[in-house]
Formats: sequence, C-alpha cells, structure tokens
Amino acid sequence: MIVADKKPIEEIIEEIKDKRKLLVLGCNECVTVCEAGGKKEVGILASALRMYFLKEGAEVKIDERTLQRQCDLEYLEEIRDVADQYDAIVSLACGVGVQFTAERYLSTPVYPGVNTCFLGANEDRGLWTERCQACGACILARTGGICPVSRCAKRVLNGPCGGSTSGKCEISKDTICAWQLIIERLKALDKLDEYEILSPIKDWSTDRAGGPRKVEREDVQQ
Amino acid sequence: MKVKTPSKLEKVLAAGHFAVTSECGPPRGSDPEVVIEKANLIKDHVDVVNITDNQTSVTRMCSLAACIRLKLMGVEPVLQMVTRDRNRIALQSDILGAASFDINNILCLSGDHQSFGDCAQGQNVHDIDSMQLIQTVRHMRDEGKFLGGDDIKRPPEMFVGAAANPFADPFEIRVPRLAKKIAAGVEFIQTQCIYNLDKFEEWMKLVRERGLHEKVYILAGMTPMKSAGMARYMKNRVPGMDVPEELVKRLAGVPKKEQAQEGINICIESIQRLKEVEGVRGFHVMAIEWEEKVPEIVESTGLYPRPEVD
Amino acid sequence: MRLQYPTNIQIIRVPCTGKIDVIHVLRAFEKGADGVYAVGCMEGDCHFNSGNFRARKRIAQAKKILDTIGIGGERAQMYNLSSSEGPLFAQIASEMDEKIRKMGPNPIKLAKKKAA
Ligand code: SF4
Ligand code: SF4
Repeated sequence: MIVADKKPIEEIIEEIKDKRKLLVLGCNECVTVCEAGGKKEVGILASALRMYFLKEGAEVKIDERTLQRQCDLEYLEEIRDVADQYDAIVSLACGVGVQFTAERYLSTPVYPGVNTCFLGANEDRGLWTERCQACGACILARTGGICPVSRCAKRVLNGPCGGSTSGKCEISKDTICAWQLIIERLKALDKLDEYEILSPIKDWSTDRAGGPRKVEREDVQQ
Repeated sequence: MKVKTPSKLEKVLAAGHFAVTSECGPPRGSDPEVVIEKANLIKDHVDVVNITDNQTSVTRMCSLAACIRLKLMGVEPVLQMVTRDRNRIALQSDILGAASFDINNILCLSGDHQSFGDCAQGQNVHDIDSMQLIQTVRHMRDEGKFLGGDDIKRPPEMFVGAAANPFADPFEIRVPRLAKKIAAGVEFIQTQCIYNLDKFEEWMKLVRERGLHEKVYILAGMTPMKSAGMARYMKNRVPGMDVPEELVKRLAGVPKKEQAQEGINICIESIQRLKEVEGVRGFHVMAIEWEEKVPEIVESTGLYPRPEVD
Repeated sequence: MRLQYPTNIQIIRVPCTGKIDVIHVLRAFEKGADGVYAVGCMEGDCHFNSGNFRARKRIAQAKKILDTIGIGGERAQMYNLSSSEGPLFAQIASEMDEKIRKMGPNPIKLAKKKAA
C-alpha cells in the first residue's frame, strides 16, 4: 500500500490560517490502514483546527468527510455539490488523492494534510517499511524476492557494497542491509550459486527517470 | 596475464614485481599545490597514486582534475570513480576526459552514502553500480563502444581496478563477490586496510582455492595506525574494519609519544609477512594525512627502489 | 467510605482506558473542558494487557496537539492507580484541580465569550 505519515499540524495551519470554510477530506484506503488520513485522523485534525481557530477568535466552519477513495473519479463525485462551497480542502489522502481531488475541483484550493512516504507494508504495530519504488520493470525474480531498488540505500544490483556490517546497512544500525537479506533468502532457497550471476545494467526508462508514466491497457479500455 | 594497456601499474605487475600504490585525497578548495605537495612526498616510492573521489561524501576538488595535476608532474594516477554522483552519461564522459590525458588506471567504486558527508540532503544517482562500472570501462576499452552501442573514436586504455573487503559481511560471499568482480572484468584489486592478518590469509586461501589469484592482481591495503586511539576508533566505529584487540593493546602498551612509530613498525611487519602470501601481488599503502611516512614504510620492507618498466 | 473530591470534575466511565482515543480528549476541550485526565489501572495490571499503555500514548498525542494549537498540553494528564486506592483517587482529583486552576480556563472558552 501507499504509506503516508501525518503532517505536523502547525504546517497545515500555516497553509490555511486565512481560510474560513474548510473541508477536511479523508480517504478510506491506504491512508486509513496506515492511520494517517482515515476517518479517525480527519476527526482529530478537524477538532484541532476548530480549537485553533476558536482560540484565535476566528469564526471558521470546518466540515469532515471521508471518501472511499480519492484516487477514483466515481467517489470524488460525491463532493461535487459541496466542493465549491469551501475556501479550501485539506486532503488527508496520499499525494495521488490530493492531486486527483484538485484536478476535479479546479476552483477550490486543495492542500496536502499528510506526507506521502513510500510503497510499503505494515511490519509491526506502528511500523511501516518500504518495499517497492515502482521501477516499472520488476527484477524480484533475480534477487530472491527482495528488492534492492527500494531497500538498498544505493540501489546496488550487484551487492552488497563494502559498507554492509553485521547484516546492517552502512547508513544506520537500524537499517537491514538488503543484500544481507537477499543472500539469506538465496541460501534458504538453496540458490546461493545464483549470487554470482551478474545483474545487467538496468533500463531505468520505465522508472521515474523516463518521465511521467502511464499504463495503457487496450484489453481494459472500452 | 597479458598486458593490455599502457598502464605502468599493469606493467609492473605483469613483470612480476610487487606493486606499490598509495593514495591522496584532493583538498577542500581549489589550491593545486596541496595535491602537488602530497604527491611529491611519495612519488619516488610508489608506482601510481590513487586520487579519491569525494571520499566519505565530503565535497572536494574533483578526482579527475587532481589526476591531471599528477599526470602533468609525471606521476601516474589511478582515477577513483564512484557511481554515487554520476549517471552513465557523466561516467562515460569523465572516462573519456581522463583518457584524453592518457590516464590509464581507474578504480570503480560505489562510494559512501551521501548521508556521511556535507550534503546529506542531496540526491544520489546510482544509475549503475560498481560492478557495472567495471563492465562499462571494459566495454569502452575492449569493444571500443559506448554503452549505447556507438563507436568511440580513440577508446580509453584503462587498467581496471576495484576495491574488495576480505572481512566484509555477509561472510558467505566474501570470495564469491570477488569472483563476480572478476567476471565483470576487474583486473586489479586494492583491499580494505588489513589488520587481522590471520583472517586475511584465510581469505587468500579461499581465493587461491578458486584460482582467483591467477585472474586478478591483489594489492593488500595497508594503513599505519597513528595511535592506540585511532586503532580503537577504527575497531569500533569504521564499518567493515577488522582490528584485532591485540593490536590495540600493543599500541596502548607503549608510551603515547612512541605509538606512532609502533604503528609504522606494525605496518612494516605486516607487509613483510604478507609478501610471503601466494597471490598477494603488491601493497596499497594508505597513510591518511601522513604521506611523509610512506617512503619509510616502502624502504624498510625492501620495496625500494621501484622497478623501471616501459 | 465516602471521599471528598472537587465537584467540578465530571467523571466519564469507560470499561478500560484503552478505549479512550485522542479524539475523545480533543472533543472534551472543544466543548470547553479546562482539563482532562485519564485514570487507568496500574501499569502491568491491565485486564486487557495493554489498555493503560495505549491510553498513556494517546494522552501524550493529545498533549502534543494541544501544545501545538496553544491550548496547553499540561491540561491533559494520565494517572495510574489500583482500585483499592480511593484516597489516592481523591488526592489526584485535587491535584489536577489545583493545576488547572493555576493554568486558568481553557483559552477557547475565553475566546468564545469574547466573540459572544
Ligand atoms: S524491482 Fe522495481 S517493481 Fe520490483 S519491487 Fe523493486 S522497485 Fe518494485
Ligand atoms: S550496506 Fe547493504 S543496503 Fe546499505 S547500501 Fe550497502 S548494499 Fe545497500
């Protein structure tokens, strides 16, 4: 899923302090699961903003709403009638949702209420970690199912680098070296000999490097 | 191994001599005298001098410019190149730039992560990795082609090196990783600083078992310790470093004033011992900010004078 | 045993402090409370294992938000005591009462009054 983290409230306040009618808009998907932008977080942010404005003596109307998905036109339509009644929308969806909302409702400014971080998984309570950088040409088959693109600090395809120490990455003792994991996994799969196969220079044109990407599927098109 | 480039380092090694290399970090400024002075301290005692490429990610004068300085004063440089800061366009372009000054040695590295340096908020590139850089240089040299497939007019003639850490984790791949670099096309190796000689010798044994010592020239990395404090720091703080406790004790056992000399003695003894190890073809003496000691080390280990080759 | 504690405190019973969420604390302040404190079981004694630990974290979160928006994090507190400690309960209530009195009323209430 897409993992996001809360944006500091002071940062959000800075963006919207002059507005008088606000919609705090959550999303029911990834950001709900990672507890950054679901209904609950919408409630907390809205309440905090309300108190802030009250304290400042400003009369501000703050509404709360959470859509099934902000990255989906169908659900975005649900606020069609009300969107232009607001001075601003604070979207707690990932960056995709924020933009999709903004694209739909051109006359209402939409501000991000979370920091969108990465594609990751929930490893433990309160701990999310990165697993994929959407490079567009997956090489997991060659790396024991562990992604060096997203999990190695230098995305070395023929690792590890010289900085790997006791299984940890040189950048910090809290970061596991991706290549340590790859080697362990290859060992577990009894495929350690495959370690010596050189990974060729990667075609990054399917990655961010190639410019904005799209997936176009005729089989799905109408 | 047949000589394939005009590199003096390659010729020394191919002639069967122990090679001696050293290293010099460019200054954090534009004064060329710093490079020239450092080189003057060591130039008669080593075959070639590595120039580091923004080591530990601290911004410095570029390796290529400093290499050209050496070249102009008649000292043969080894261009260190990290994949952290340049994409494949810049890497190939710098290789050609170096080749235009007839710089004939390159050391391919991935580079320390930028978080260690003065630009921790910067991006890193890592378009290709160090193994792939080895392949790239070999491809440019041997095929005379760019990665994109076009012909290179006057291809680079570079002797291709890489680093290796005999003590690296995970231990299972210490030797396979060297084999992989050889498969990528590496021709000489400069190892991580060696303090744990027993462990290094074990590694060399495994290297010989696979016959790798006949496919690549291995230069043992040597850095004299300046004090017991430095030894302790290297032991505890520097990733991938193996410093045995006895060594720290030995340094701590002599008065502070004499620790530096004791460090030099240890370095000399280590070289003497490793000269006997089959497959060790030379020494990479890195006396960090202590270049003036290199001559003493080289002379006391019978590696002086340096052979003449052409 | 009947113990005296300040009458301006409104007690809201929950099955376990683990039930208390950040939003509950914030809503109380929004509605004009001058202070909010949670009283949970002793750490390690939670019937549901970690309810009181969770409550502590949520109170901490609420404190941070209250500080950010200038209400004052000190107005929210977490206490732990065992069920046999009635006198301590009363003591905590007085302590909290005193603390909040020192801090003065919830600034929102003042602002509201001014506006009216
Ligand atoms: S190789 Fe690419 S697509 Fe596959 S997990 Fe890694 S970043 Fe994602
Ligand atoms: S230590 Fe491991 S994870 Fe970190 S940069 Fe090196 S190879 Fe990658």
